[in-house]
Amino acid sequence: MTPNDQLLLTWVPRLRRYARALAGNRADADDLVQDTLERAWSRAGLWRGVSDMRGWLFSIMHNLHVDGVRRPRVATQAMDDDTPEIAVAPTQGERLAVLDLQAAIDLLPIEQKEIVLLVALEDMSYAEVASTLGIPIGTVMSRLSRGRERLRALMDGRAAPVRLTVVK
Amino acid sequence: MNPITEAELHAFVDGQLTPERHREIEAQLSQRPEEAQRAQSYREQRRALHALFDPVLDEPVPQRVRHAAQPRARWAVQRWAAGIAIALVSGAAGWGLHGALQPASTLAIAPFAKRAAIAHAVYTPEQRRPVEVDAAHEDQLVTWLSKRMGAPMKPPHLQALGYELEGGRLLPGGQGPVAQFMYRDAGGRRLTLYVSNEVGEPSQGASGARKTNDETAFRFAREGQLNVFYWVEGRFGYAISADADKPVLADVSNEVYRQLAKGATPD
Repeated sequence: MTPNDQLLLTWVPRLRRYARALAGNRADADDLVQDTLERAWSRAGLWRGVSDMRGWLFSIMHNLHVDGVRRPRVATQAMDDDTPEIAVAPTQGERLAVLDLQAAIDLLPIEQKEIVLLVALEDMSYAEVASTLGIPIGTVMSRLSRGRERLRALMDGRAAPVRLTVVK
Repeated sequence: MNPITEAELHAFVDGQLTPERHREIEAQLSQRPEEAQRAQSYREQRRALHALFDPVLDEPVPQRVRHAAQPRARWAVQRWAAGIAIALVSGAAGWGLHGALQPASTLAIAPFAKRAAIAHAVYTPEQRRPVEVDAAHEDQLVTWLSKRMGAPMKPPHLQALGYELEGGRLLPGGQGPVAQFMYRDAGGRRLTLYVSNEVGEPSQGASGARKTNDETAFRFAREGQLNVFYWVEGRFGYAISADADKPVLADVSNEVYRQLAKGATPD
C-alpha cells in the first residue's frame, strides 16, 4: 500500500461506523477513530507491506479498543460539539426496535460483539475476521455463533435485561 | 446430503458458502424449522445492524477526525526547509549562517517565543511535576495535545542528540492552548519545544509589519541565560529553548526539522 494523503480519509466513514457500534456513543467512538488514525500515521512506514488496508486499520482499532488506551479524560473536551448529530428518525415502531438493538449489542461480551459487527457491518469473510483480530478461525466461528444466539435471546426478551423493556 | 453444521448455518446467512452448498442448505432448511428460524433471525440481525449504524457513514466527519486522517501537514516543512537545515548543519560546524539566521538584536522577539522562554523558565526547575503527562504515556500525550491543538502533535525524538523526552503539558498561550514538550540530557539539563498555533495574531512580527502566516525566517534569541531558536511555519510557531550553547541548539533544531519533514512525507 503506497502512502498517500487521502488514503486514510477514504476509510474514515467505515471506521466511524464500526467504532460507533463498538463504543456505543459518538464521543468515545470518535476518540477511538482518532487514536486509530494517529497510530496508523505513526506507522506509515509500514504501509507498503500492508496488502489489506481495511484489515490493518480495523486491527489497530481492535487493539486500541481492547487495551482501553484512552486519552486522559479530565483534560479533554470534544472540540466539535457543534457538529450536528444525525438523528436516527425512522418510524415509531422501528425506533423502538433500533433502540433495543443498541442496548442488546452493548450487553454482548466484547469478543463476541466485535465479530458479530465485523461480519455484519463490514461483510468481512471469516478468514479476514480471524486475521484482523489475530485469532484462529475456529474461535471466530464459535464466538460468532454464541454472539448471535445471545443477541437473539436478548432481542426476544429471553435473556431479559431490564434495559430492553424500558423504552415504550 | 451432509448435515448442516453450526458454522455452515452462519456462512449461509453471511453468503460465504459455495453456490452449490448454499442451495443444498436452503433446501434442507425447509425441513428444519428450528434452524430456519435461527437463520432468519440472524439475517434480521444483520439487517438491523445496518439500519442502525449505516447512517454514520453519511454523517459529516468531525474536524478532529478529519485532521487525524490526513498527513501531518501541520508538522510539514516547506521547500525552504532543506536549505535551512543544510545551513544549520554548516552552522553547527562553523556558525556562519548570517543569511538564514537572524540575530534577535535586529528584531523584536516574537511574542510566542517570549512566552516559550517564560514557560521554559517556569517549568524546567520543577523536580516533581515538570510535565503533565510523562513520556511513559506518550501515546496519551500525543492524542491529548493533538486534540487540544487541533493538529497532530508528536514530539520529535532526540535521543541521538542526548535528549530524552520527559513528557509534555498544555499551557495557555496568548489566545488559546499551546503545547510544551520537555526533554532532559544525561546531566539533567532540560530543553523544551514549544508549539503555538496562534502565530497569525496581528501583534506578530517585528516593527509592526505583520508577517504572513507562512513566514519562515529562522530566528535566534537570548533571554538571560536561555537560548531560544524559533521559527514559524504555516499557522504554527515553534520555539526550542535551552540553557545550552548555540551549536547544541542548532543541532537540536536541525533534528527537529528533519523529523517534522519526515512526518510530512512518510516513508
